[in-house]
Parts: sequence; structure tokens; C-alpha cells
Amino acid sequence: MVQPATALDAATPGPVIAARNLDLTFATNDGPVHALRDVNLTIDKGEFVSFIGPSGCGKTTLLRVIAALEHPTGGTITVNGMTPDAARIQRAYGYVFQAAGLYPWRSIEKNIKLPLEIMGFDRAEQDRRVRDVLALVDLEGFGKKFPWQLSGGMQQRASIARALAFDADILLMDEPFGALDEIVRDHLNEQLLTLWARTGKTIGFVTHSIPEAVYLSTKIVVMSPRPGRITDIIESDLPRARPLDIRDTPEFLAIAHRVREGLRAGHAYED
Amino acid sequence: MSAALTDGPARASWALTGLMRGVLPVLSVLMAIIAIWYGASMMMNRAWTLDQMQRQNIDMTPIEIIAAAMTQERPVLPAPHQVAAEIWNTTIGEPIMRERRGQMQGNPRNLIFHAYHTLWPTILGFAIGGFLGVLLAVGIVHSRAMDMSVMPWAIASQTIPILAIAPIIVVVVSNLPALNAAVDQGWISDDTKLLVPKALISSYLSFFPVVVGMVAGLRSPQASDLDLMRTYSASRSQTFWKLRLPAAVPFLFTSLKVSIAAALVGTIVAELPTGARFGLGARLLTGSYYGQTIQIWSALFMAAICAAALVMILGALERVVLKRMGARA
Repeated sequence: MVQPATALDAATPGPVIAARNLDLTFATNDGPVHALRDVNLTIDKGEFVSFIGPSGCGKTTLLRVIAALEHPTGGTITVNGMTPDAARIQRAYGYVFQAAGLYPWRSIEKNIKLPLEIMGFDRAEQDRRVRDVLALVDLEGFGKKFPWQLSGGMQQRASIARALAFDADILLMDEPFGALDEIVRDHLNEQLLTLWARTGKTIGFVTHSIPEAVYLSTKIVVMSPRPGRITDIIESDLPRARPLDIRDTPEFLAIAHRVREGLRAGHAYED
Repeated sequence: MSAALTDGPARASWALTGLMRGVLPVLSVLMAIIAIWYGASMMMNRAWTLDQMQRQNIDMTPIEIIAAAMTQERPVLPAPHQVAAEIWNTTIGEPIMRERRGQMQGNPRNLIFHAYHTLWPTILGFAIGGFLGVLLAVGIVHSRAMDMSVMPWAIASQTIPILAIAPIIVVVVSNLPALNAAVDQGWISDDTKLLVPKALISSYLSFFPVVVGMVAGLRSPQASDLDLMRTYSASRSQTFWKLRLPAAVPFLFTSLKVSIAAALVGTIVAELPTGARFGLGARLLTGSYYGQTIQIWSALFMAAICAAALVMILGALERVVLKRMGARA
């Protein structure tokens, strides 16, 4: 069995996210469901961390715990050295959901302004930031459009722009490209890496695609279900600049292989 | 053949088919209704004509019988053309204002005058009911206590026959000291005072659809839409103004359209048991006192026209608002 806790011991000063012995049990009508058990994880500034695993392994739940959308029933977790709730109030992270979740009655521009309005930025600052993030996700000129006038990939980019608008240091993404076709997905993965390199943000990224996880990440967290737990944490030694065809190199395939092994090991627990 | 040559006629014929496709079904349904109506009116009025024929001991050909059955003064079921003529005569054919006791007043022979007296309380009642409905819905969505306590009462209120409590409301409201004081002070006229109980009864019927529709609308945002607000640490009021309320707008318009029709029914019902002198309800009542079936039917049609117009105005408003909110054209 892999001991994920050992990977944590190299204590870097002030990790962005640190989880220790994290437990989360949901009470349901069919009895308690162990969504997370004994999760230990450290994420440092500027890392791109993927959470991968089959459905029900708790990867989304873990991301939601980091975002303070769920609260653990045991263990500790800190975000920027404070509780997730406190971090959220300090606008520590932007969250991108699986569905773009743009409000249909707002134009793209207005959707990106939504967090800015809530957080009380002044008008001029709002306009400046909308311009900046639209450029960052390659959507200049689409600000006045309504969501339904954009393709699925463009909508997801707009939703990323919305998460970037208030300039949080952490970007949490829950299967943001899961509903898109492979070609669009490749393209967006490439763009996301560019964006990451340009902004230096810490990114937590949930996926169930092995190539996507390996292509994007500096660290891959492999999880398995019932109870949701971490089975392996893989530090990727791929260079940070990654053209799409890096996916055919032996190094890439070796990491992908290890991820697959980790996923298989997780399944061995099932009867 | 060149495109330019075919374009004109092709487009014209396409437009014609489009028109036919839209208008033809409506027209055929209308024709069918009128045909059935004529048939029914013929069958129901014939007895009286035959009876008259016998009493006066005259002979009539079938054609004459049909003609007589269609032109009775107080038919059991007036023929469409009689109703149409009555509506024409009491709208275009009558002045809206007339002189009486040296001053200009509304003319009670004019149907538009009566429609006006029904429409104002309807619109006022609709405004009160709509506002109240939205307010209750907001409370219900935000407070569990209100959800459990208000909704059953709102439903119960609609099971009470409005015809039974309308006179009570009229008596109570007409004797409200505050209202009488307002009349004495000259703040409102006597006519306006009469309008108040009608508007209240109308709002009683019209608030309910708005409550139901708005509660559904305010609860329509998905879990992920609400989660997004939580990630911004948005306050309850921010979530309300920026998410719940805009999400509820399509629901609001749907229920407003139901509500305004109910408001009109409410006003007419309020006029029935209270001996109102003006209004479509009053017109219905006098029609039934004197067996003026044509007058009853023309008042009914006027009410239907008013309801259709009100709903259409709301529909137009809905299109404008939803278009501004990014709805697909």
C-alpha cells in the first residue's frame, strides 16, 4: 500500500493548502457515507495539482472542502494558513464548476462582473478587469454576447475568466472540460497551461481523464472510492512548458502508467 | 431561370403560405364556433317563435321561422350578429360622455364606460395582489416559518367562494372610518371610494397565482448557481437580487398573466352581489334582471376582450423584458 503521508514530510514553509487526517462523512437515509477518509495532502504555491479517480472517490468533495462548500467531520485543513471559511471570505480562490454556470440573463461581460459587483469593486475597476480577463482567455469582442450565443468551449472559458476576475491566488476547477469534446478539450488544456504560466496561480483540478491529468499537472493525486481516499501522489517531472505532443513521449507514458496502476490499486479494495 | 426572376414570386408565395399557415387554423376554428353558435341559437330560439306563430295564428315558411328566431328581442341564446350589433351600438354608437344636471358625466348606455369602471379596480387590484404575492413569495422562500405558516392559508383563502364573502368585504370596507374620513376631507371622491372594495376583492383572487409562481421561480436556481454565490461569500440579499430574482422573472410573467385574468373575474364578481351601478358586472346584473340576453352576452364579450387585451399587454411587456435579459429571439 502506498503511504501518501510520507510525501508531505518535506515541509515547505507555508503551503497554500494543507490537509491532515481529513475525514468527511455524510449522513444519508441509507446510513453514513464515507466521502473522505484520512486525507493528507500539501499543495505549495504555484503548483498545478490534479485530482483523479473514478466517480464517488471524493475528488470533487475534497475540492469543495478546500472551497469551504463542505465541512470536514474530522482532521484539519488550512488554506493560506487559515480555515477554508476564513480563506473564502478573503477571496482566496476562484471556483470553476463542471457546467459553465453562466447566468443566462447576463451578458458575458456582466457574468464576469458578477463577483466584482458582489465584492464591491468600483465601475472603472470592473471594466478594466473584464477587459483583462477576456484577453487572458481569448474572448475579446465577445463581452456583449449572451451565454447561449457562445459555444460550449467558449462558455467554459468565460467561466474561467469569471473565476480569474477578482485575482485570487488559487483556482479550483471541478472537471471544467468534462462535457466538451476531445479536440476542444485539447485546445483548452493548452490554453490553461499558458494561462497558468502567465499568472503563476495555484491550481486544483478535478478530472477523470488520465491524459488530461498527466498533461496538465505538476502533482497528480490519485484517489479511490468507498471510502474516498488518496492512494497515490505522483510528482510529475515533465518540463513546465508542454507542447501537446509531449503526450507521446516515454516520460509522459510512464507517469500515465503509474496513474493507471494507482487507480487499479484503488479498485482492488472492492469485492 | 435566373434567381432574380424567381425570387419575387417565390417569396410572395412563401409569405402567403406562412400567412395561411398561421391564419387558416384560427379562422377555421372561429368559423366552426360561429356555425355551432348559429345552430344552437336557432334550436333554442325556435320554440318561442313557433309558440308566437301559434298564438297569433299565422303561417310561416321555414325560412321565415329561421329569420324570426335570429331576430328576437330577448332570445334564449342571441345569434352572433345580434351580439355584434349590440356591441357596436353600445360602443361606437353611443357617446361615452353625456350631459346631466348641467355637467358632463359618463354615459351608462355605453359599454366602454362600464368596461372602464371594471378595468380600473382590476388594474388596481392586480397591482395590490401582484405586489402582495411577490412579497409573500419572498418571505416564504427566505423563512421556513413563513413557508410552513403562510402557504396553507394562501391555499385555504382560494377555497372560500368569493361570491359569499364579496358582500361582507364591500360592507366592511365601505364603513371603514378611515375611508369615510378621506371622503369627508375631500381627498378621494365617492366614486373612488366605491372602487376600493372592488379592487380588494380583485386582489384577493389575483395574489395567489403570483405567490405560487414566484415561490417556484425564486427556488428555480440550481444548486451549482447557489454554490457559485457561496464561493463569493455573497450575502443573502446579494444572492436574492443577483440570482433568485432574475431567475424568477420568467415565472413571474407567466403567473402575472394568470393573475390579471383572475383580477378581472374578481372585479366582475365583486360587482354582482353588491348592486353596483357601473361596471361590466353591473351590466350583467341589469341584463339578467330585465331578461336582456343580448346585453348579457355583449357584456361577457366585452369582459373577454378586456381580459385578452390585458394579457396581451403583459405578454408584450414580457417579450421586451426577457429580450433585454438575453432570451433567444
